[in-house]
Amino acid sequence: MEELLEILEEMHPDVDFTTCDTLIDSNILDSFDIIALISEIKLEFGVTIPPDEIIPENFNSAKAMYELIERLSD
Amino acid sequence: MQNNILEYLDYTVKRVPEKIAYSNGETGISFREVYDQARAIGTFLNRQGVYKEPVVVFMNRHPKAIVAFYGVVYAGNFYVPIDEEMPRFRIELIMENLNPRAIICDETTKDIVETFQYDGEIYLYDDIVKTPIDEDVIDRIRQASIDTDPIYVVFTSGSTGIPKGVVACHRSVIDYIEHLSEVLEFNEDTVFGNQTPLYFDACLKELYPTLKFGSTAYIIPKNLFMFPIRLVEFLNEHRINTICWVVSALTMISAFGVLDETVPEHLHTVAFGSEVFPMKQFNLWRKALPNAKFVNLYGPTEATGMSCYYIVDRDFGDDEVLPIGRPFRNTDIILLDENNRIPAKGEVGEICIRGTSLTMGYYNDPERTREVFVQNPLNNAYPELIYRTGDLGRYNDRGELMFISRIDHQIKHMGHRIELGEIEYNVNLIEGIKSACCIYREETEKIELYYVGDIDSKDLAIALKKRLPRYMVPNILRALDEMPLTANKKIDRVFLKEHYAKNKRGTK
Repeated sequence: MEELLEILEEMHPDVDFTTCDTLIDSNILDSFDIIALISEIKLEFGVTIPPDEIIPENFNSAKAMYELIERLSD
Repeated sequence: MQNNILEYLDYTVKRVPEKIAYSNGETGISFREVYDQARAIGTFLNRQGVYKEPVVVFMNRHPKAIVAFYGVVYAGNFYVPIDEEMPRFRIELIMENLNPRAIICDETTKDIVETFQYDGEIYLYDDIVKTPIDEDVIDRIRQASIDTDPIYVVFTSGSTGIPKGVVACHRSVIDYIEHLSEVLEFNEDTVFGNQTPLYFDACLKELYPTLKFGSTAYIIPKNLFMFPIRLVEFLNEHRINTICWVVSALTMISAFGVLDETVPEHLHTVAFGSEVFPMKQFNLWRKALPNAKFVNLYGPTEATGMSCYYIVDRDFGDDEVLPIGRPFRNTDIILLDENNRIPAKGEVGEICIRGTSLTMGYYNDPERTREVFVQNPLNNAYPELIYRTGDLGRYNDRGELMFISRIDHQIKHMGHRIELGEIEYNVNLIEGIKSACCIYREETEKIELYYVGDIDSKDLAIALKKRLPRYMVPNILRALDEMPLTANKKIDRVFLKEHYAKNKRGTK
């Protein structure tokens, strides 16, 4: 989780990723962020996110993203 | 001969009044509604005495914003699209340049405008479209209009830190729409899926051909460009067959393996431009849509939309580059070397553009206009302007124009044209900054900022977000103890780029 938060904070230092759960709904992340995130996650965690998992529900909070990574690395 | 862009609409509304012209998937507006609402706005603005001046359209990405553009033109004015995505500081610079007397808003943007330093009028779209149409007034304005009257001003990045407002007139837009339509073979059955923001000239490709042919254009909600499967579902649901997107929007679909699972099954025309298409990604698209027509477009805002096209007619290996091809009919490309002469065959020169497609120049900015809209150096006999793009190009063995690189520090990032100088200017205005330099790393597609100063990168990022549009905020910010300098005491960009290799996240 630490590494993920580090990646996110680098993108948006002004956002509290530990609490925010509307990253998509409030337009905090944009398409560039999503693309960058997916490649950073691949580098950092060795996890490839398949296209059908690239949906708003999985990116609305750091927690949801982390759960996705955990699920996919099993 | 057509001399007003709205003649497309006047004609089409008689033919297919009830057909949907623009939709975002939820709300659709028919040609009759576009026609009536735009003329209502035209009548309203005329009553307010707004004529031959800039009218700011500050609305969300919605079909209504397009109707507002046409309303402004029906009243004999020119529209200036502003978007809520733009940071306040930039909007204020634009307002300073324009000094507008009228802004058209929607319910959500109205609250934002009310906090501006602005003493002109604020008009709410939903109110002014209720104005009863005065046909006589609309006719009279049309009678007096000529094809060199401006239609819009769109703002593009300026290296000195101040955005430049490019002014385009009826004549250059008509010229562009006619020749673009010919190459891309638009017709009444075309269903557009618009991706580009309404505040750039890129959206001309969908807005005006829709009027010309009585086609339908879907203004795709921005959020869908984060979620590729949903995006393809949207294309299929609305039977979208023609797209003109920035490359990064297309690669977002192909790079994540979406095309293996689902294909935009109605697509037959895929145009793209503004940046180099990575061949591996391009070939994935071609494989997925073997019967579609793929067209690479190239052109600066200053020459109205796009100037050159290349229809893909052969296979390309992963290490090859797509040509930008040839100019549209009625546009001429001249290559010029440092001595303002035509370079030898196959040699590099600056791409210069000649023709009706040239815009009028930069609004309220004669100095910067004169720098790039210049007398054709090959012609000393009579006045003739060309536009110097600052792009370097050369012809390949097949006689196709190839884009090589930029002369200066302008970059293309996520489809946006950005002057690194504008970012640096804004960084230097922030308290605590002593010096700053931006570079663009093509391999990672990231803007990197190196700076010396008493501010940590987090606070700097927060400060920059208030001043710059999102796509201009550097992806990597790195504090240095001192700035590397060349022998001439200039910042050593080459050293920065080579020395600070692509470490993944720069702040270490």
